[in-house]
Formats: sequence, structure tokens, C-alpha cells
Amino acid sequence: MQGGITRHIPWIVLAIIGFVALLVVAVSREEPISALWIVVAATASFLVAYRYYALYIGRRVMRLDPARPTPAVYRADGLDYVATDRRVLFGHHFAAIAGAGPLVGPVLAAQMGYLPGTLWIIFGVVLAGAVQDFMVLFVSMRRDGRSLGELVRMEMGAVAGTIALVGTFMIMVIILAVLALIVVQALAGSPWGMFTVAATVPLAMLMGVYTRWIRPGRIGEVSLLGLVGLLLAIVYGQNVAASPVWGPLFTFTPVQLCWILVGYGAVAAILPVWLLLAPRDYLSTFLKIGAIAALAVGIVITAPELQMPALTQYIHGGGPVWSGALFPFLFITIACGAVSGFHALIASGTTPKLIATEADAPLIGYGGMLMEAFVAIMALIGASILEPGLYFAMNSPAALTGGSPATAAAAVTAMGFPIAPEVLVQTAKDVGEASIISRTGGAPTLAVAMAEIFSNVVGGPGMKAFWYHFAILFEALFILTAVDAGTRAGRFMLQDLIGMAVPSFRSTESFVPGVVATGLCVAAWGFFLYQGVTDPLGGVNTLWPVFGISNQMLAAIALMLGTVVLFRMKQDRFAWVTVVPTIWLLICTVSAGMLKLFSPDPAVSFVAHARKFSEAAARGEVLAPAASMDAMQQIIFNDWVDAGLCALFLAVVLSLLVFTIRTIIAARQAEAPTTREVFPQAVPAE
Amino acid sequence: MRRLLSLLRETALLMVGQPSYEAYLEHMATSHPDRLPMSRIEFFRDRESTRYGGKGGGRCC
Repeated sequence: MQGGITRHIPWIVLAIIGFVALLVVAVSREEPISALWIVVAATASFLVAYRYYALYIGRRVMRLDPARPTPAVYRADGLDYVATDRRVLFGHHFAAIAGAGPLVGPVLAAQMGYLPGTLWIIFGVVLAGAVQDFMVLFVSMRRDGRSLGELVRMEMGAVAGTIALVGTFMIMVIILAVLALIVVQALAGSPWGMFTVAATVPLAMLMGVYTRWIRPGRIGEVSLLGLVGLLLAIVYGQNVAASPVWGPLFTFTPVQLCWILVGYGAVAAILPVWLLLAPRDYLSTFLKIGAIAALAVGIVITAPELQMPALTQYIHGGGPVWSGALFPFLFITIACGAVSGFHALIASGTTPKLIATEADAPLIGYGGMLMEAFVAIMALIGASILEPGLYFAMNSPAALTGGSPATAAAAVTAMGFPIAPEVLVQTAKDVGEASIISRTGGAPTLAVAMAEIFSNVVGGPGMKAFWYHFAILFEALFILTAVDAGTRAGRFMLQDLIGMAVPSFRSTESFVPGVVATGLCVAAWGFFLYQGVTDPLGGVNTLWPVFGISNQMLAAIALMLGTVVLFRMKQDRFAWVTVVPTIWLLICTVSAGMLKLFSPDPAVSFVAHARKFSEAAARGEVLAPAASMDAMQQIIFNDWVDAGLCALFLAVVLSLLVFTIRTIIAARQAEAPTTREVFPQAVPAE
Repeated sequence: MRRLLSLLRETALLMVGQPSYEAYLEHMATSHPDRLPMSRIEFFRDRESTRYGGKGGGRCC
């Protein structure tokens, strides 16, 4: 230990500061506290966790070797495999992992108060989420930068690999549906928002033409031009919305928007990438990073007070935003931000091929995820600085609020969060919307919060409407990019899977398999989107838990892979690093999945809900919210599909658990390490 | 300052899937002096089709 204890002193001080801030956050009940306490608690915890836990995992558990060539070095080709400066790679990795997930989940979780979400994000990311990302990055980096499916196949066998691939595809479908649903909820009945988002399509195409023929490859220039176009679209969107001719043309019901999105998804995924996807990706990526940075600065400058109580009565279940009690449902509602299985696909995607030395892995893998957790913390703060009455009026389904300011205010006040109808009317007016009641999905809530914070820094109350639509545009833009890119990725996954049975289907060049696979992929997420849109409870209520369960199960799979690798490396005594979060995720997801299937409460369980409606239908009765016998049948059918999906996810994760245990037993019986790393010597340089 | 700006530029470009063209040229010059490297525009198109080709172009929710 060179330097002895003195070099730890600053870190001990930091740890104490973080602990005190956390204590303030946890025990304050009387007066509203400043949001900065949460920021300080999170920042200090993350720095200390990085300095000690991430480096411990790197040095002792993984035994990273800075001298060992990474794929970027021994396979260097200047294209896919490039040794990259770690700061540059950190930005790349962060931009790839952070999306709508860490923004929406915490907003929904705020129905239990700010405390449960804060604690889960901080402890979840330090002990589970960041460990998962780091571990998968490590495993992939030592194996030529291969993908998660291939890694599972290498270490756990071909059957396990295929099961993981099928699970991944299903998760992708649910993610796309839930993201699209958020856009639908944010844009329904909002001509201003709809116009600005619609304007991005021709705008992106103009940018595409510019980078294709006018000034090829000038991303900086074209992005600036695009940004100007976006700002003009937001400014003039107000006039469009107010116009008696154009306003109604951009006003859509959720069902219409659903069909527009499905059609859009199908067409966009077949268009050449340079025309729409790539240019919009520039806009959405840069806007995302810019808006996140601005939000961080805004929160620090304005130091808003938290209006939401630390805990609400809904920790015991029965909340209007999503159903279920704190355990296990909080831990699946905040997936991205605390632990997100989807990151395993990115940590085994482009990042391991760009990492210059193994010594950079903690910063990229662990540090990148800490940064995402910070985004989640900001979203949670955003939801918590709003008046609770406003939060619940926005996030409770229309079946509860009745849709008008008077009924909504009465309903929310009855929940114990008093608010006057005039406040709801005024807030809608301030942000330039017809109504903000029952705008579920999280995005509008976050947009109101961002408008509040930004207008306090720039422009004053008069700018609120601009900032609100800026925030909606920023969220919708990168969700649409994700829908487009995700449909493409899903198409290739599907072609791969079908190709196992029908080899000719695998050809990515030929037209018919591509169109068929794209169609199937769009139909799959479109089905869940339609179901969510027509769900009288607002859809998010039903779909978000399914998404959370699937995402956390993928995380469990990734952590099981990490555990297997540690045992096969003969690092048994350090395996708790991945075993502990694996067990926690298995407990949460399996119990949440079981409750979704077998709970007697129809608000929680799909099966109980289906039974309740089936029995009523058999009696010839129509239960609210269905309006007809057809609607009853539709609800019953949807319930069974969702229940089937939960059962499928449970089957995937439990079968992989069996493979994991089997592989670990075999590894423990072996004398020497059995792990299958790819050594640099084995691969000739390009 | 100059160094910082070029780092930021490189980061922004890699975020949208465009690695450094200079690094590519350097690699070609040292490892494959016999081959003609792609032009800047060819390189841009090549990286664009790789990023959005569906494989490896993942991003999160």
C-alpha cells in the first residue's frame, strides 16, 4: 500500500458526505427538502463505488491485465476494431445505453414517493446494474468482442445459446411496443407535439439528401442545419396547432396514432438507412446528450424542492399509475437506471471491439452505467418536484380521473393529494396543451418538469410551452429512432432464428426474407402496441411491468453468464460479486412473474383478470371498462397473451438457471480453468 | 483547448458510429501499405451501412 492511509482520506470524506446526504433524504418527513440532497447522495455513492468496488472487481475478480492485447489491438482494422481513447469510448458507450428507459421508469416509480426509487437506483446500480455491464464487457472483450448469444453458446452450450436468443427477441418486441406506446400517449390530442415530431421526417430526409449528395459525410454541418429546422418546427408548431385548418389535421386519437406508428415502423425499416434513419439518429443522439446535460445543469442551478412525499400509501399496492406493492414491482418498474439487461447486448456489441486496453474496462463498463443511473436520478427528481396532485392527475388512467379538470381534481384530492381544478387548467395552458389529465406514460410528466426547470433558467414562464414541446420532441425523437433501428435489429435476429430451420431465410441480401421478417417484427410489436393503446387502463399499466420483467430477466441471464465465467476461471471465491445480484434479480422477476400469473388480485394478475372477465361474459354481463361483448372478448384474449408471455419469460430464465447450475457443477469438478477465452495469438491481425 | 475540441468532435462522431478516419488511414499506412485506403466519403458510407445494417447497431431503450 504505497502512500498508506492518507490517500484514502479524501474518499472517506466523500463517503461520509454521501452517507449524510442519504440520511437526510431518508429521514426527512416534516419539510420538503432540496433535490440537491439526492444529487449529492447519488454522486458521492457513485464515486466511492467506482473507486473501490469497480477497481476491486477489475483487479481481484476479473484480474484485468493491462498488458494483454484487446480485440481492438490484435484485430485492428481501422473500422470495427479500433483502439479508442477511453474518454471518447465512454461517450460512445453512454450514448448507446442511455435512452427513454432511465427517463420513464423513475417517473412511474415516483407514485411510491421519491425514497424507494432513489434507494433502488443507488444500490441497484452499484451492486447489480454496473456489475452486469462491466462483467459482460469483460467476458466479450476476452472473446473477440462476440455477442451475448454467442457468449452464452460458448460458455453454456448451444441449447442455452438458442434459448437466450429467443428470449432476447421477445424482449426486443416488448421494448419496441412499450416505447411506441409512450410516443402515442405523449402525442395523442397534441397537435403541437405531433406537428414537431412529424416535421422531423421530411427534415431528416433533407438531411439525408445533403449528406448523400450535397456535402457527403459532413455530420456536424448537417446536424446544425437539422437543429435549426427542429427549433423552427417547435416555434411554428404553436401556430399550426392554433390554426383552425391545420390544427385538426395534426390532432389524432391514440388508435390512429398506433396505426400511423405501425405503418411508419414498417416503411422506415425498409428505406435506405442514409435517407431517414442515419440523419435522424444524428439529431436524436446529439439532442439527447444535450438535453441530459442541460437537465443536470438546470437541477443544480435551480435546486428545486421535492414536493412529492418520501413515501406514499401506494408502497402497499393499489397505486393508480401501476399496480402491485413495492416488492417486487418497484424493482421491475425501474429497470434501466438501476439494472438493465438490454445493456448486455451493447456491452457485447460495438464497445468491446473499440476498447484500447483492459485497464479501461472499469471506466467504460462500470462507469458508463453509473452515468445512466445519474440520468435516472434526474428523472426521479423531475417527477418529484411537481405537485403530487398534478403528478397523479397526469399519470392516473382516464378511467380514474374522468378526463375533465373537475373530476380529475376531485379524484386526486380523494387519493389524499389535494389540488384545485384551476391548477390543472392553468398548467395545461402554460405548456400549450389542451389538457394534461391522464397523459400517462411518463414522457409528458417529465416534459412538464423539464419545462419547469428550464423556464426557471432561461426565458421565464412565457417559455414553458416551448420547453415542454422541446422535451416531448427530444423524447419522441430518440424513441422513434429506437423503434426504427430496433425493428431492423429484430428483423436480423428473426432471420437468424428462422434460418436455423430454413437456411435460405438467413440471406440478408435477398428481398423476400427481409420483407417477411420485417413484417413479422412490426406485427409483433404492433400487436402489443394496439393492445396497450386500446387498454382502458392506459396501457402503460399493463405493458410496463411486462417490459420490466423481461428486461430484468435478461439482466439475470447476463449475470448468470458472468457467474458461469467466474466459476470456469476458477475464481469461485469471488463469484458472490455476480451471484448476489443474480439471486436478487431472480427473486424479483420470478415472484413478479408468478404474481402476474397467479395472484388472486385481478389488478395484478393477468390470469385472475381474464377469469373475472370470462365469468362475467359467461353471465352475459359487460364489465367496465369494456363497452361491448366484443371488447370483453378482446380484453380476455389480451390477458391470456400477456400471461403466456410472462410464462414464456419465466421458462426462459428458469431453464437458463438449470444450464447455469449444471455448468457451474462441471466447472467445480474440473481441475483447471475451463473457460473458453479467445487468445490474441489465435487470431491473425487484419 | 485544441486537443479538447478534437476529443469532443471525435466523441460526437463515434456516438453516431463514425470512428476516426485519420486513425483508419494510419492503420492502412502501417499495416497495409500495399492497399489503397478508402476515401473519406467511402469510409463514411461504409461505417454508415455497418451501423444501421441491423447487426451490431444496437442501442438501448
